[in-house]
Amino acid sequence: MKIRLENVVKTFQTFRAVKDVSLDIESGELVALLGPSGSGKTTILRMVAGLEYSDGGHIYFGDQDATDIPVRDRGVGFVFQHYALFPHMTVADNIAFGMKVSKVKRDRAAIDSRVTDLLRLVRLEGLGDRFPAQISGGQRQRVALARALAVDPKVLLLDEPFGALDANVRRDLRRWLREIHSELGITTLFVTHDQEEALDLADRVVILKDGQIVQQGTPEEVCRDPQSAFVMKFLGDANVIAAEVRDGRAYAGEISVHAVGVADGRAELYTRPADLNWSTAGPGIAATIARVLDRPDGRRVLATTGSGEPLEFDVEPERVVKAGEQGFVTLRRAKVFAGG
Amino acid sequence: MRRRNVLPGLPLSLGVTLFYVGLIVVLPLAALVIKAASLGPADYWQIVSSSRAVASYRVTVLSALGATIFNLFFGLALAWVITRYRFPGRRIVDAVVDLPFALPTAVAGIALTALFANNGWFGSVLEGFGIKVAYTPLGIMIAMCFTSLPFIVRTVQPVLEDLDPALEEAAQSLGGSDWAIFRRVILPLLAPALLAGVSLSFARCLGEFGAIIFIAGNQPMSTEITALLIFIRLEEYDYQAAAAIASVLLLAAFFMLAVTNWLQARALRYTVKG
Repeated sequence: MKIRLENVVKTFQTFRAVKDVSLDIESGELVALLGPSGSGKTTILRMVAGLEYSDGGHIYFGDQDATDIPVRDRGVGFVFQHYALFPHMTVADNIAFGMKVSKVKRDRAAIDSRVTDLLRLVRLEGLGDRFPAQISGGQRQRVALARALAVDPKVLLLDEPFGALDANVRRDLRRWLREIHSELGITTLFVTHDQEEALDLADRVVILKDGQIVQQGTPEEVCRDPQSAFVMKFLGDANVIAAEVRDGRAYAGEISVHAVGVADGRAELYTRPADLNWSTAGPGIAATIARVLDRPDGRRVLATTGSGEPLEFDVEPERVVKAGEQGFVTLRRAKVFAGG
Repeated sequence: MRRRNVLPGLPLSLGVTLFYVGLIVVLPLAALVIKAASLGPADYWQIVSSSRAVASYRVTVLSALGATIFNLFFGLALAWVITRYRFPGRRIVDAVVDLPFALPTAVAGIALTALFANNGWFGSVLEGFGIKVAYTPLGIMIAMCFTSLPFIVRTVQPVLEDLDPALEEAAQSLGGSDWAIFRRVILPLLAPALLAGVSLSFARCLGEFGAIIFIAGNQPMSTEITALLIFIRLEEYDYQAAAAIASVLLLAAFFMLAVTNWLQARALRYTVKG
């Protein structure tokens, strides 16, 4: 089912949580709403679900205007951050809930066999008789997903689905959700503040700030071509170096990079830690190493430039670097944004 | 090696509480049982099964049941309204719930009698429909309702307040109607608190005295409650008979507590880990 948001607005008291958001989600697409807290991403998701009514604009499911359809008739599956499983029902009863309260009457055998199928889909065979308090967080979230899928929703909506889980469990569930999505092909929209999660999982990432969409595109598009300093900073670690733009080039100390389309004057140069080279001889930006952080996949160096700006960059695991060492930094690639 | 406890003050606080519980709760109950036991089985049975005593049990227990069932519905509704909705005067309603606790029960009894007497505000209206309240079992029930109302409201209220709104949202998104959500999700989660309130309310009704004796009429065999019969026996210096009848009330209260505890444990099965 295709979803279409048209100039959607939501205000809480005086706070404008969502300002004039328009968004198209194609049928079968897996889309991430990514943004910091307060960016309105959860409010948008809840409006699509019908758990919140918009103050302006329209939401279409296919060709049908769903703006005023209440949540119970909207046919969405919603997965909550803290699972919201019914604590007094077994896993099987939780999954069966939607079918039991449905206007479409189903007999016991049909419900039971559907529950068994769903338990198999979420790989929880044999846990149907447990209560939610008796299973792990990751298992609970899988039950929540099975429960949402049981009513054959037109759209699947997930609110920070893995936010409350350990990093390892989160990574597994992410891959698994991707598999389930390709198996079922159901239009899916999920909210996260974790860039890695959005980039790993989604076909398309929609980045929000202060209730507005600042950029959207495939993970490749938003990573390779961030269109604002905010997106650059939000998607990952970034170094900021003050620069001066003249005739399409940005100059910072001894180095310069292409800055086509940026107005002359003060600007900021953004680079990823992996895009910096460290050498003991010039040319480059002179810097002193302040600290070295060892990580499984390399060494992260925190350094300070001669003018006191902090810089972070990565070197190979074998490279010997020590705090207090002096050297020069050069850039492999960088993004220049006016201002600063 | 001595086991160390992080929390300080265990011996002192445990000693003080056990001493107090022994002195105030266990000792009088033991005295009651001993007094009743001094009668011998035949005399005991004759007193507790006398037709006047049995009639008093019937009116007390039936009225207490009626009042508790009424409060179960009304108390739940009141707690629901206070916690779920925001309306002007909500805090006043919330405060008024405690009034039956704050008011001396005799005052409540006199006020209810004045209202429901034949010439009272309610009584005169009800008489037109042929309903008599004052000096009938119905009056006893109303007095019991009044004094036991806060129990159910105050046990259910905190549970309702803590209910995760996401549970209802989840149920709605799964297509549940308001009634289905109430019956299948909210009510089962409230059940343990409701049962606790019911058992407290029922126990209070069994023992209520002050509020009832003014409105009941106190006719032996019809509107005489057990607590009053015990009082009459005491007035006659027949302590053994008073203790014997009291022991029947005590048994009824224990039985009720046991049943509700068992039901509560059943309703809370899902919280057991393992």
